[in-house]
Amino acid sequence: MPDDHSVAVLGVGMHPWGKWGRNFVEYGLAAARHALADAGVAWTDVQFVSGADTIRNGYPGFISGATFAQALGWSGARVSSAYAACASGATAIAAARAQILAGLCDVALVVGADTTPKGFFAPVGGERRDDPDWLRFHLMGATNPTYFALYARRRMELFGATEDDFAAVKVKNARAGAANPNARYRKEVSADEVLASPMVADPLRLMEICATSDGGAAIVLSSMDFARRHGGGRSPSVSIPAVSTVTPRFPQTVIEMPNFATDSAVAVGALAGPAFRRSIAFAAYEEAGIGPEDVDVAEVYDLSTALELDWYEDVGLCKEGEAERLLRDGDTAIGGRIPVNPSGGLSSFGEAIPAQAIAQVCELVWQLRGQASGRQVEGARVGVTANQGLFGHGSSVIVAT
Amino acid sequence: MDSTKTRVPAVEGWFTTDGDDPALLGSRCQACGTYAFPRETFFCANPECDGTTFDEVSLSRRGKVWSYTDARYTPPAPYVAADPYVPFCIAAVELAEEKMVVMGQVVPEVTVDDLTVGTEVELVVEVLYEDDDHEYLVWKWRPVTARPGGTGA
Repeated sequence: MPDDHSVAVLGVGMHPWGKWGRNFVEYGLAAARHALADAGVAWTDVQFVSGADTIRNGYPGFISGATFAQALGWSGARVSSAYAACASGATAIAAARAQILAGLCDVALVVGADTTPKGFFAPVGGERRDDPDWLRFHLMGATNPTYFALYARRRMELFGATEDDFAAVKVKNARAGAANPNARYRKEVSADEVLASPMVADPLRLMEICATSDGGAAIVLSSMDFARRHGGGRSPSVSIPAVSTVTPRFPQTVIEMPNFATDSAVAVGALAGPAFRRSIAFAAYEEAGIGPEDVDVAEVYDLSTALELDWYEDVGLCKEGEAERLLRDGDTAIGGRIPVNPSGGLSSFGEAIPAQAIAQVCELVWQLRGQASGRQVEGARVGVTANQGLFGHGSSVIVAT
Repeated sequence: MDSTKTRVPAVEGWFTTDGDDPALLGSRCQACGTYAFPRETFFCANPECDGTTFDEVSLSRRGKVWSYTDARYTPPAPYVAADPYVPFCIAAVELAEEKMVVMGQVVPEVTVDDLTVGTEVELVVEVLYEDDDHEYLVWKWRPVTARPGGTGA
């Protein structure tokens, strides 16, 4: 992979996921300090701080970049804060990477953290009759799991996915997450337990829909030159050669949160290019000059068990309609041909939204360094993350040794 | 249904309420023909089109289920749930002429067992919630083959 679009990953860190109920700044600060220590970089040597804003009812919450910079102690570093819903972390990484590649800074710190309330995500309070996110709750009672369930049911009817398949995804991810000290849920589960959990949005059950969590993640990025100087002439062990932050292409023919309807395709016939979810990772592959066949490990956004299966196809691990076979053959479990979500995924973490896309990258860095004790994908050299944020935010990061 | 209450749409201008054939109100771009729901007033979603004028149009009253689910737990506010809560289905419905998918609740007597991808449904307007003086109306999808009581158009 060419160096010219690569930035080095000097350090990564997390605050464990949970339902701690403390201020998000505390989690972000802990993650940042871990990442700086892992990098061997002093906070005062960081030139650019890139924060992923917290999310409140679908919209940006607290300012992150300056908040974390202040908590670490004002140092004069330049700053940016990003909001892209679930993709905010990748957008923050993209901002830092662009600064580095433009030669505007050598070392950047990316941080995301959040504290979340219990239960369903709800929209902003009050009367917001011009806000589709408010209106979908008011007029349809359509929660986030409603949309996940529409995709899941369609998978069942089009491709023959079964409730057992969905449960098997949970069993796989729980097993991986049990070995991850940063995961919130660290207990193996059986398929029977999953299938006995209450139905939330048919066909999805409680244990198949990701929870909302508190957590924080951080990454220290630098130019490849700085990394070589910092490493006494050695090349950095892990780098990021591509970041995709694509938006959809018209017409978007899959119903997406928080919309009431898809685009109309009458003016252009069928969708010419790939559907949005499929375009996300492929934009990153193209930028890195690789293809899905080069990937050894993937972290995908399993908001539901069924959605993980969609991602197998959308990141190109198999053809459309073949995800169930991949799962049933054990290909996506640790030890399989192409392990997916060795971290345990959202299934084991729950969503701490601005931290989540950063956490996906942290996991791949640990995997590629051989530091993922108890859940290691042996010999992994290239990893991909994939994620999609509310309102049309794609996110995919390639991590390579 | 309490006939002393005034029936008003839960949202203004999204659907017609009079007559036996209620319809969703969308927009159609005068330049390229692209439909939108809810209706668009100042931009066309088509990136090849810079149209800024739109006709208000009634969308097709019938379509085929693209996918469906239900809501087993009470959705959070601003959803106004009946007490006791009764789960309901939600469907995403493909409209052939408009080449788009539109979501909506399914009429209350239908369960997920009555639905499948491809089920033909039609649009009805029913009560979403009520207060002391009003019944608030919304569009819902009803399977064409299942009309309890044989009512309907």
